[in-house]
Amino acid sequence: MKGFKPSGFLLALAAPVAAAVVSIIISSLAVLATHKSPIDAYKTMWEFGTTSGSLMQMLNTATPYYIAAIAIAITFRAGLFNIGVEGQLRLGAMFGAYLGAMFVLPPVIHILAIMVIAMTIGGLWAAIAGYLKVKRGVSEVISTIMLNSLAGGLSSYLLANRFMDRTTASNNMSTKEIPASGQFPDLMPLLNKLGVEDQPGGGVYGMLLFAVVLGVIFWFVINRTRFGFELRASGANPIAARVSGVNSKRMTFVALALSGAVAGLAGLPAVLGDTHAFNMGFRTGIGFSAIAVALLGRNNAVGMAISALLFGFLEVSSRSLELIDIAPETYVIMQGSILLSSVIAYEVVRRYKITLQSNELAKVAEA
Amino acid sequence: MKKIFRLVAVVAATTLAVTALVAPSATAAPKVKVGLAYDIGGRGDKSFNDSAAAGLDAAKKKFGVSAKEVTVTTGSDAEREDKLRLLAAAGYNPIIAVGFLYAGPIKAVASDYPNTQFGIIDDSSVALLNVAGLVFAEEQGSYLAGVAAALASKSGKIGYIGGVRIPLLQKFEAGFVAGVKATKKSASVDVKYVTEFPDFSGFNDPAKAKVIAKGMIDKGIDVIYSAAGGSGAGNFAAATDAAKAGKKIWTIGVDSDQYQTASADEKKNMLTSMIKRVDRAVYDVIATAVVGSSVNDVLDATAGIYGRQYNLALDGVGVSYSGGYITKYKAQIDKAAAAIKSGKIKVPTKP
Repeated sequence: MKGFKPSGFLLALAAPVAAAVVSIIISSLAVLATHKSPIDAYKTMWEFGTTSGSLMQMLNTATPYYIAAIAIAITFRAGLFNIGVEGQLRLGAMFGAYLGAMFVLPPVIHILAIMVIAMTIGGLWAAIAGYLKVKRGVSEVISTIMLNSLAGGLSSYLLANRFMDRTTASNNMSTKEIPASGQFPDLMPLLNKLGVEDQPGGGVYGMLLFAVVLGVIFWFVINRTRFGFELRASGANPIAARVSGVNSKRMTFVALALSGAVAGLAGLPAVLGDTHAFNMGFRTGIGFSAIAVALLGRNNAVGMAISALLFGFLEVSSRSLELIDIAPETYVIMQGSILLSSVIAYEVVRRYKITLQSNELAKVAEA
Repeated sequence: MKKIFRLVAVVAATTLAVTALVAPSATAAPKVKVGLAYDIGGRGDKSFNDSAAAGLDAAKKKFGVSAKEVTVTTGSDAEREDKLRLLAAAGYNPIIAVGFLYAGPIKAVASDYPNTQFGIIDDSSVALLNVAGLVFAEEQGSYLAGVAAALASKSGKIGYIGGVRIPLLQKFEAGFVAGVKATKKSASVDVKYVTEFPDFSGFNDPAKAKVIAKGMIDKGIDVIYSAAGGSGAGNFAAATDAAKAGKKIWTIGVDSDQYQTASADEKKNMLTSMIKRVDRAVYDVIATAVVGSSVNDVLDATAGIYGRQYNLALDGVGVSYSGGYITKYKAQIDKAAAAIKSGKIKVPTKP
């Protein structure tokens, strides 16, 4: 099907290359509009972004993006759209941090217990949308968006009134610190052995390895199991799937709940690897950026890893822009233009392919 | 290890101070490069961040220091830490972080740069010798605003609009309500917040604040205190609209003297502002750096923290008399201020 015919190969390359060119042009124009040199901007970003410390930060930024993108891809593959990842990961991280600080277990088991808590909470929260979709026909797009607001309100209420550790004097509300047995070890000692030197503020979340494993599981389940086949079938053509014996309602519910469970984990890299508590500084917006990561990565395990790394690189390297007096928001423009131009490029290439195919078919029919 | 760092820091600071004294004035002192890290919103929010910017501008003018200002965009701890680290690595010293969300990041960076002086606004939880926690007794200033509000209100109904429901903003609320009640027992205070945490948009959503203020006005409230950063503009706009309809509504600004930046129409209704001298704290840190001493010289033994609590006694909070509308209440306000300073009145910090 996808032979290495020169035209096919070129077409596959055309979309990402065109997208990259267009987004570079747009970002450069944005920088030029502020009377600064885009070359300087890219040079500074590259110099800062490729230091070992920044590369570590890139990995740390990409890890939650990747986990959240997998959560979204599960629903995309099933023909659904879970926009509620933001709320699911927030609640998962908060409950995981709060409950995880209440007990002490042997090291590995403690971390697993926190993960199970986070997955359960995220999964249950998304299951509400699944139930509404299956039983009441409510679009999951609407319900998951609204559940995000509810999750935000619920988390702030619980943190302020129930979960907050009142022994600290800080204005930053925070849960109690998770005991050492529940803290995910950093990869730095391991990297030291591989010859990577310590960096100020450096460190790589241990959850990175977990994210890689999760990516492999995702690829295997979706592409190599019956469950994955049924999931894709009900996404590609619900009616055909139903006729051939797939319980598409069950698949819808399971896909959303599973997506929520994975999403529940996306807040944990920072909680288990850095803050060891859930506090007001907990990053918002991962769930939304991850939609872009999933779209850019075409819901593919490897593709999403590349796009998560790309977003991580842009985000971290753009932090240097302010030192040369370029607006840090340039990064937002880059992110947006990459996403927009790649979606458009893929669509253009897809249509071009269809025209090519129908032309060929027409030739065959004539002959 | 850290103790050694601290020792080194202290020794280094002392040597610096001594050399500064000994060195003839002809040799120009190494120029102070200030790093100022804002939180989301950055310079130009006409409120909290701008107040810090004003302190920097004043110090620039007075001491001729150079400065680099940075802002966070995504708002993650990692981003805050990176920004501080970039400033520290580039040799900026002192570095001042605006907002308590910098507490974790500043702790990490300050331990790695023991010879760099740090200051953080609105937090006193970082126990490091090169970090000064600069906190404010917002409840005391808000208490005085409450006294003025109670005296100015005809209906006895008063409103409080907070930006985001977080402990820091509840300090404003608690002090304000206490001030109103102590002055006029029968008065009521309607408390509303623009958004709930984690939605921080409440600090920059004038449209929503305007709707809340309108609702209060409809209920007969005639004095509204908005402790809501950029959202306060909505409160002022609602009062301007009411004035056009022939209704007198007093507004109370926050953080900086908002009378100075208000439009002519808004000025007519601006009773006072609760001033929180963030600018002063920023200026103080830079001033200590200019004379070559450490931020520990800002240390406030009485507050029991690593840093200084800017309260009424230190003139760190207060009310403004711009416009002259509350000049006639000055005696009562001064009396309350004196009672707070002497400890006769203990202003609550929690609602």
